[in-house]
Amino acid sequence: MAELNTGDSGGGKKGSKKVRSKKSNAKVDLTAMVDLAFLLITFFMLTTSLSKPQSMDLGLPDKEDKDEPKTDIKVDQRRTVTIIMGKDNKIKWFHGLLESPEPGGAPTDAVYGKNGIRKEILKRVASIPQVTGDKKKGLIVIIKPTKKATYRNLVDILDEMAICDVPTYAIVNDITPEEQKLVDEMNK
Amino acid sequence: MAKVKSHKAAGAIDMTAMCDVAFLLLTFFILTATAKMPEPLPVDTPSSTVQTKLPETGLVMITVGKSEGKEQVFYGMKDRAIRSGALDYMAQKYNVTFTEEEKAQFALVDEFGVPIEGLKALLAMKASDRVKKGVQSGIPCDSINNQLQDWIQGARKANIDEGADKELQFAIKGDAKELYPQIKRVMDILQDQKINSFNLVTGLRGKDY
Repeated sequence: MAELNTGDSGGGKKGSKKVRSKKSNAKVDLTAMVDLAFLLITFFMLTTSLSKPQSMDLGLPDKEDKDEPKTDIKVDQRRTVTIIMGKDNKIKWFHGLLESPEPGGAPTDAVYGKNGIRKEILKRVASIPQVTGDKKKGLIVIIKPTKKATYRNLVDILDEMAICDVPTYAIVNDITPEEQKLVDEMNK
Repeated sequence: MAKVKSHKAAGAIDMTAMCDVAFLLLTFFILTATAKMPEPLPVDTPSSTVQTKLPETGLVMITVGKSEGKEQVFYGMKDRAIRSGALDYMAQKYNVTFTEEEKAQFALVDEFGVPIEGLKALLAMKASDRVKKGVQSGIPCDSINNQLQDWIQGARKANIDEGADKELQFAIKGDAKELYPQIKRVMDILQDQKINSFNLVTGLRGKDY
């Protein structure tokens, strides 16, 4: 039992000769101590499980060998949305081909996040299977990071893909001359 | 006549047992908590909504960050057996010999970022000195001197020699402000060795993002 002998409570009055009645040892108030202990417990419990960093899986296609003949796979242009990431968190996106974009899919500026690019992606995730008439032929997002894009941008856009449940997406590093013009305009 | 109850204050509850339990639990959590080692290259990871946790074992972490205006790459292996195996591989490849003491010392290093030539000097240092700024200059990973690639190879070899049934996983921990070509360079080094699937370390983002 935790007890503390408080000793002579009237220590101030040294001269006093009054014989004090033998007082029982006062109990220490443990409330504050218990509070503190539980606070620390909570802290340690939360930090041990939360400190594990999150990770995002990223699978990239095999790097093609130069010797192998290139086989071009034709993809329906109605399914592709190209996202070009520029500097200062800027995005330009277009739907279809750059020369002949799909209706409502001309190159547009956008921002990251809920009210930016996500709205466009979600709209197309829903609409494209209907356009193609095949549930398996959904949206394809082509992510093109430019040299000025940051790592945060890349993770943000990949996160966006995960949030929107985009069936197919790819990170493509080559930028065509026409797209380069867009990039120059954006990175200006 | 009903007895008039004296309005007695609630007696003090005996909290000794509660206190005991609380401190027992506290001790448990303190002891089981893994102390966070100071990182030689602190990076600010970007956040994502992904909930997958990073595995504790069988992982190699490649940290890409910026220190004193220079792009640096640091390398860390989670398993001690793989650490020693990779060191042996590197020692052989670059003709550097390590004493048993240095090998034992290296097995305790979580993360480092020095060229193999400077590893001896790093191991001779105190652990607290190693994390000081400017001590570690990053692992060379350009086309002329690609030690990062060799470290990756060494770790994978060590993993196979250990008889692990799982392939070694690689995680890239990049600073959020790092430009994409820097990350791309590390990804390319991994892809050159046919590692096409890896993890990107991220922080946790709020639900309403």
